[in-house]
Amino acid sequence: MNFTACITVGLKDGMLDPEATTILKALNNQGFHVESLKAEQKFTAIFEATSKSDAHAQAVSMCEQLLANPVIQRYEIEVF
Amino acid sequence: MRWAVVTFGGTNCDQDAYYAVSGLGVDCDWVWQKDGLKKNYDAIIIPGGFSYGDYLRAGAIAARTDIMNDVHTLVQDGSLVLGICNGAQIACESGLVPGVFTRNEYPKFVCRSTYLRVETNESPFTSLFEAGEVISVPIAHGVGRYVPAPLSGSQGAPDIAFRFCDEHGRSTPVVNYNGSHEYITGVFGSTRNILAMMPHPERACDALLGSVDGTRIFRSMIDYCEHR
Repeated sequence: MNFTACITVGLKDGMLDPEATTILKALNNQGFHVESLKAEQKFTAIFEATSKSDAHAQAVSMCEQLLANPVIQRYEIEVF
Repeated sequence: MRWAVVTFGGTNCDQDAYYAVSGLGVDCDWVWQKDGLKKNYDAIIIPGGFSYGDYLRAGAIAARTDIMNDVHTLVQDGSLVLGICNGAQIACESGLVPGVFTRNEYPKFVCRSTYLRVETNESPFTSLFEAGEVISVPIAHGVGRYVPAPLSGSQGAPDIAFRFCDEHGRSTPVVNYNGSHEYITGVFGSTRNILAMMPHPERACDALLGSVDGTRIFRSMIDYCEHR
């Protein structure tokens, strides 16, 4: 059956995030008072798996092999 | 001796690399990634550009194409691999070189001449330089800040080829144009037949362009290949 994996990839804590820093400044230039901002990528993958745990394992493989670079990034997976 | 310049969708510095290398008398093939590396190439250049639109991460998608398996095989046989700019990002993403080249510290595409300090001349890419020599090679990137891989049992400190410096060889924050860790902008792989560098040696091969220092990187490679 088909499962949906929602995968979020972002920088590990402590990593410099120039994109988020620039967006945060732009938000505050618009009059907001944002103290902290993270920029993350979100992927929604629909694929066949034998079970929810199999779907999760496949999503982990996607992250390890392509979607995330373990040197600087972390990922979170939700399977439906 | 035969070299290859590998191209991916979005590669755009391949003609410059081909021009620089063939101008030194090297027989060079232009190889589209889907064609694979079918010859026993002595050296492979992965040129700059924006492969696959820099989507996901710069170099991430090109790094996972089949031709990179051929590159890994040739590297193990002792062939040279030079990744330039986007090619350097691809080399890191493919695991040939530790660490990652990621977004510049400041939101700016930096395109300028830079001075580099040659950290070692004990490599196939730098043998014609003096250790500590200052050379001039331009950069052009928005994603070139080097972040080393975390140290672990199997991962030591990066083996450094080039650092940003001033004309006197001093590395100070003002010359760290992209915010790289310890001014690093050229890194060897686990063996020194692999080099990933953000500066463009192929754009420093003609006096008209202001520097011919890049030529000596290619001449070092030729020297190595001839005596291999």
